[in-house]
Amino acid sequence: MSIEPKEYQAPVWNEPIIHQMGAAGRRGVLFSRVEDEIEAGVGPASALIPEAARRRDRPALPELSEPEVLYHYLRLSQQTLGMMGISLFGTCTMKYNPSVNEAIAWRPEITEVHPLQHDDTLQGTLEIVHGMDLILRELSGMDQFVFQAGGGAEAAYVNCAVTRGYHAARGELEQRNEIITTIQTHPSSAATAATAGFKVITLMLDENGYPSLDSLKAAVSNRTAALMVNNPDDMGVYNPEIKEWVRIVHEAGGLAFHDSANFNGIIGKLRPREIGFDACMFMLHKTFGAPKSGVGGPAVGAYGCSAELAPFLPSPLVGFDGNRYHLDYDRPQSIGKIREFWGNVPVVIKAYAWSRSVGAEGMGQVSDLSVLANNYMEKGLLAIRGVTRSHPDATSPRLEMTRYSLETLKEETGVDIHDVQNRMTDFGIDAPWTSHEPWLIPEPFTPEAGEMWGKEALDTWIAVLKQVSDEAYSDPEHVRTAPHRQAIHRLKPGAVDDPDTRAMTWRAYQRKTGR
Amino acid sequence: MTAEGATLGIIINPVAGMGGSVGLKGTDGEDVLQEAWRRGARPVAEQRAHVAVSRLTELARPLRVLTGSGESGEDVVRAAGLDVEVVHESAPGPTTSADTRAAAEVMAARSVDLLLFVGGDGTARDVLAAVGDAVPVLGVPAGVKMHSAVFGTSPSNTGHLAALFLAGSPAARLREAEVMDLDETAFRSDRLSARLYGYARSPYERHLSQNAKAGSGASGEASLRLAAQQVAADMRPGNLYILGPGTSTRRVTDALGLPSTLLGVDAVMDGKTVGADLDEQALLEIMQGRQTWIVVGVLGGQGSLFGRGNQQISAEVIRRTGRDHIIVISSLEKLVALDTAALHVDTGDAEVDAMLAGHVRIETGPNRSTLFTVKA
Repeated sequence: MSIEPKEYQAPVWNEPIIHQMGAAGRRGVLFSRVEDEIEAGVGPASALIPEAARRRDRPALPELSEPEVLYHYLRLSQQTLGMMGISLFGTCTMKYNPSVNEAIAWRPEITEVHPLQHDDTLQGTLEIVHGMDLILRELSGMDQFVFQAGGGAEAAYVNCAVTRGYHAARGELEQRNEIITTIQTHPSSAATAATAGFKVITLMLDENGYPSLDSLKAAVSNRTAALMVNNPDDMGVYNPEIKEWVRIVHEAGGLAFHDSANFNGIIGKLRPREIGFDACMFMLHKTFGAPKSGVGGPAVGAYGCSAELAPFLPSPLVGFDGNRYHLDYDRPQSIGKIREFWGNVPVVIKAYAWSRSVGAEGMGQVSDLSVLANNYMEKGLLAIRGVTRSHPDATSPRLEMTRYSLETLKEETGVDIHDVQNRMTDFGIDAPWTSHEPWLIPEPFTPEAGEMWGKEALDTWIAVLKQVSDEAYSDPEHVRTAPHRQAIHRLKPGAVDDPDTRAMTWRAYQRKTGR
Repeated sequence: MTAEGATLGIIINPVAGMGGSVGLKGTDGEDVLQEAWRRGARPVAEQRAHVAVSRLTELARPLRVLTGSGESGEDVVRAAGLDVEVVHESAPGPTTSADTRAAAEVMAARSVDLLLFVGGDGTARDVLAAVGDAVPVLGVPAGVKMHSAVFGTSPSNTGHLAALFLAGSPAARLREAEVMDLDETAFRSDRLSARLYGYARSPYERHLSQNAKAGSGASGEASLRLAAQQVAADMRPGNLYILGPGTSTRRVTDALGLPSTLLGVDAVMDGKTVGADLDEQALLEIMQGRQTWIVVGVLGGQGSLFGRGNQQISAEVIRRTGRDHIIVISSLEKLVALDTAALHVDTGDAEVDAMLAGHVRIETGPNRSTLFTVKA
């Protein structure tokens, strides 16, 4: 297979906003009148909506025929930038989601059940949820998982709520009001800790690419409620002193939470519980092969913890008495509900299907391949002019990701990371991810190869970046004015940040643009 | 900016940076300059100016450059092929501090869109004295001393930033940047005495990520304001709070609804100002018999905590206050942008410097803090 950068041309439709399409009175489907007999039985349809919730005026909806609607959204989908090319979006662990797993999740046995049914009629679904719990226990060393959280950040919040419950039960919550995290841990750890009422101390990195033990010791005290940390972190750096970190936090009376968002680099190799962590979180929509779908969900943040913390988990938990599966609501120390019912079950089912198809041995290969692919890419990328690695002298291992910098390229050509992102999309490559904010490394980018892409795809990605770098040195203007072959030429930077221009609704759009 | 084109002022201090290579720690004043020439120093500013100015050709819109004659700008601007208008003729002989000020005054009067100067802290000071906050100012680093926060990271990046700003890019925004300068006479005899001379309006580059995952970025300004509100709300009755100079601590007085001395040290107790623009002696007197706290920001582009720009808060004041009663406030963005991974203290007292060394907690937002290493 050729690895030559592909000449690509996105379709350009200049598609109007749907409110600007159609004509008055046009309809997709014409429904027949309600039959007299039915109306006599249940009354007028409008009466099904409570008086207070009924609208007085008809909504100003677009009026289109069914094919107009379908073609409109088909064209919009053709104009999207993402998920069409090679997508190595760092920290997102982009995986192909097998069609067979989708087919399973769309079976009527799944789509036609309701969480309010009696347990007796949900035994199959509960078995799968419990089975996923057991798989994650085996991978993490934890004693109980719960799938209620609708994403990674919500699972981080579960951890903060559990931490609160644990210290409150010991009468120490008032004193233990600080949570320690690091600047390269996902920002949702700091955000959820603050939301849960904790003070947040964020540790900075030293020259090795992770915070020093000394800084942790300076932050830890009898006020420490918990440590919340990614490892490997959002730059793919594995902190080799992590066991000592957990020991220090435990010694001070705090809990240790492993945000296992980047578990793809260590899956099947080490268990957070064995390092000493009290709790961890997996994203089933990343590491476990359910669709990531950009950042839109549906998703599941699977939260697991030790037996000591399990009483505080949200309710209900799925239990098994050796004979029958049941939902356990009788948990007096539970933090209550984080979200309705027991989570996004179809996502759990897809993750279960993925895990069963990969198998225990395959899990180990996932991390082997991810780490190998990343380190293979590192060789190729560092050979490109203008590309450097973050913390170039650090001896800490890079696992499934590496943070690079285009500082040299920018210094020498004026071309920055956003220009490079834009230009790469001209070759059918999804724009690489930069970094969480604030940027610690100038002009950052962070590809995550994962286990799914073949060598040809990785070589193509490297070849595209090399071509863009060559162009930056020979014809920087061409890169600065990219993209040239995309559906939309270039977004005006800042528009999404500016409350005066961004519009989330048609009404707001009309008001702010004066149209 | 006018619709037809942008106007840029360029001032080059041709002798900036000459002292550095020959161990003079600065080039302010004619005697020192003569000494630099005698020691074999070569001009460095012109080359740096050339690198920065060549990046301005990136700008798509028409650009008119106002500058000084000859080596104070005209030569470099002409060499880059830009449209030039000489607005200040230097007197025969070496360019002086007076030339910088005179040229900057004309540029401010002409309301240039940006004043780009090539030099060090001394040049920054001259420019600030002439223009204040009338026009945005950006420095191409070429000096021996660069404690001010008005400089770009390199000549090339500074030129790029100037082009972005003149193009109206939302990635280039204005901030208040410290202008600081050392007393060179003291510096040359290895004693340090730095002052905060004021704040210039200066463009900086704030990268705007376009992908959803990075989001729009927490607003550093909003976080800092909330951190300051929290510091103000946590003030204990009957305790004295010494507020250092700068814009971070000004947010604390703003939160209290009190006036502040931007470049000086104020004292606050029970919601009232009890001392304004205090010197060391006045601070020691007002501290007598009171529980005292010191609230400071991080000053300059090199991350100074004590000893640069806030010498009024002397070693003795710090010693009597105690390390546990020092509150540091800064935006995370400012900390990340520092040239260094550690903050510096230089109080002139080795014992106090040693006491301050180690990790210091910095309030970065509401209930948000970070730890930074402090080095003496």
